[in-house]
Amino acid sequence: MSTHKITTQKVNFKVFRFNADVDYLPYYEDYTMEVTSEEVVLDILNRIKWDLDGSFSYRRSCRHGICGACAIMLNGRATLACKESMNDMIELFGNDITLEPLSKKRAVKDMIIDKADFWQKHDAVSPYLISDIDEYPEQEHLVSPKQAEELDDADLCIQCGACHYACPVVEINDEFFGPAAFAKAYRFEADVRDEAGTDRLIEMHKEAQGVWDCVKCFECAEACPKDINPIGKITKLHLMLFREGVATSTVASRHAVGFKNSIAKHGVLDEGTLVLYSEGPAIVKHIPVALQMFRKGKIVLPWNMPKSDNLDEIQKLVKSSSTAKF
Amino acid sequence: MKKLKYALFTGCTAKQSTPEQMMSTLAVAKKLNIELIELTEASCCGASHLQDYDDFLSLVLNARNIAYAEKHGLTMVTICNTCQLNTAMTKHRLDNNAELKAKVNEKLAEVGLEYKGTSNVIHFLYAIIDDIGLDKIKEMVVTPLSQFNIAPFYGCHNIRPSELQNESHNSKENPYNPTSLDDLIIACGGMTVDYNEKNKCCGFHVELQAPKTGAILSGNAIAGAMDGNADWMVTPCPLCHLKLDTQTKHSSEAIGREVKLPILHMQQMLGLALGCPSDELGLKHHVSKVNFI
Ligand code: SF4
Ligand code: SF4
Ligand code: FES
Repeated sequence: MSTHKITTQKVNFKVFRFNADVDYLPYYEDYTMEVTSEEVVLDILNRIKWDLDGSFSYRRSCRHGICGACAIMLNGRATLACKESMNDMIELFGNDITLEPLSKKRAVKDMIIDKADFWQKHDAVSPYLISDIDEYPEQEHLVSPKQAEELDDADLCIQCGACHYACPVVEINDEFFGPAAFAKAYRFEADVRDEAGTDRLIEMHKEAQGVWDCVKCFECAEACPKDINPIGKITKLHLMLFREGVATSTVASRHAVGFKNSIAKHGVLDEGTLVLYSEGPAIVKHIPVALQMFRKGKIVLPWNMPKSDNLDEIQKLVKSSSTAKF
Repeated sequence: MKKLKYALFTGCTAKQSTPEQMMSTLAVAKKLNIELIELTEASCCGASHLQDYDDFLSLVLNARNIAYAEKHGLTMVTICNTCQLNTAMTKHRLDNNAELKAKVNEKLAEVGLEYKGTSNVIHFLYAIIDDIGLDKIKEMVVTPLSQFNIAPFYGCHNIRPSELQNESHNSKENPYNPTSLDDLIIACGGMTVDYNEKNKCCGFHVELQAPKTGAILSGNAIAGAMDGNADWMVTPCPLCHLKLDTQTKHSSEAIGREVKLPILHMQQMLGLALGCPSDELGLKHHVSKVNFI
């Protein structure tokens, strides 16, 4: 018999309420409950609906962390309700817990949001295997374990949207594909059976929509309940863009390449030259800020540019270890 | 107090566009009886951009930097969140992948170096909290910052990915509710401002390719601090500092509201509280004027 003891503690819940059909503005309802150490967040949502207010709405389906329906925000942290233990959340945040939908501006009813933008972006990256397969193949297309490892768990995505709505760029740029779509694009780009070639990658390189607009905040990595690490996949897509020769000469791609050039020359970064290399003639737009910085002693002139000691070592390593071309 | 000794990885910014970051680091170290051995051989960490172009080269270069700290037998301290991330991420990958480590070491052998994995890599903020302790800091404060509301701005790469960051230090941080900088503000006698953007992104890394995105993010951050009644903001990251301090015109335009606050480096705040002479803290190097002293 298990010796595990069930404990309870009092938790104050502040719950986002909104019904787009009747409410002009959302409001918050307070509920105080005794929460047992066995419960997950979904149990609380159920109890609110079943015991306290039948009109309360949320999505759930599998209760096994695989359908992705139940993702909500708990104290600003994207949370898969059926997977997350209340005890862990109390340990992380204490006894005052706020429950909100993944995206407040997309709320339809309480925890339920309109995920149309998520699915549209998902669709936009050709989220399927593109392969010209013989209708009656003589043998299976074998994938070795090593080749399967290349997917780096990207195939485990349950499309819950946690990363997407945690992403600050999704919030302010309607065109940005967002982390889940990138993870999906990577999932097929890394699949040896896929024959889309560079078509999908070309989408990834597009200004405003593609990987170059990611601010590298790691919110998506933190949010993902499946540990898929979308920003890790975004980095891999960047590398693929260069490797497959898809990366054209843009501000963003030159910015990445400029780091290598600068390190090869000085060891450290030459900040001024990097901006010049990245922007080209458009550098003039930075002049007002640059002048202000210059006045405050924040710009190093070329003849004072610092260099790393033992620069010859760095140069030797840049030469012998470089794998990328632009 | 026992003398602490670290290998200092300055990163590039402290040697160029944020000289005040370098000055205040040295001033604070002196006050706290910390000896810093500067890794003058170190190269740029790649700042996440080299990593997008040439992953292997970035591993080799970062491993080389750590190898120099190992040669001194010291923990490496960083003073930039992005340097911390890229260096710690290299360490994590090499320490957990013998094959990759061997490949990197094959390259380092060409210049007579070896990455062993013996030196820890930790941001100065956490080194201070772990190794000196907030109580000790509190005791050492000579000029409490009691008349100031100070808005902490954490910066992404010190708090996310949390698994990686929490590997380097004992003072565990919750990325959704970080406390280290708040605790330091309180230890310095100041009052902390709680605002939604304190653990959000400043947008620095897309400043060139997606300036509007960058400007909205930094504008929102300063606006959040202003709405919280902040007298100034403080950050442990020189890149966040640059974005918030030098780009206020663009930030204001992007969010349709005038935003501007003095933005101090974590070291400058600590230096003020510990009584470092203000000329050693480089406060005159700010674009958004530090007008309260
Ligand atoms: S790392 Fe990039 S994709 Fe992920 S949440 Fe941040 S901006 Fe969005
Ligand atoms: S990557 Fe993770 S967080 Fe994003 S949709 Fe897939 S499972 Fe959800
Ligand atoms: S109900 Fe399916 S993932 Fe939670």
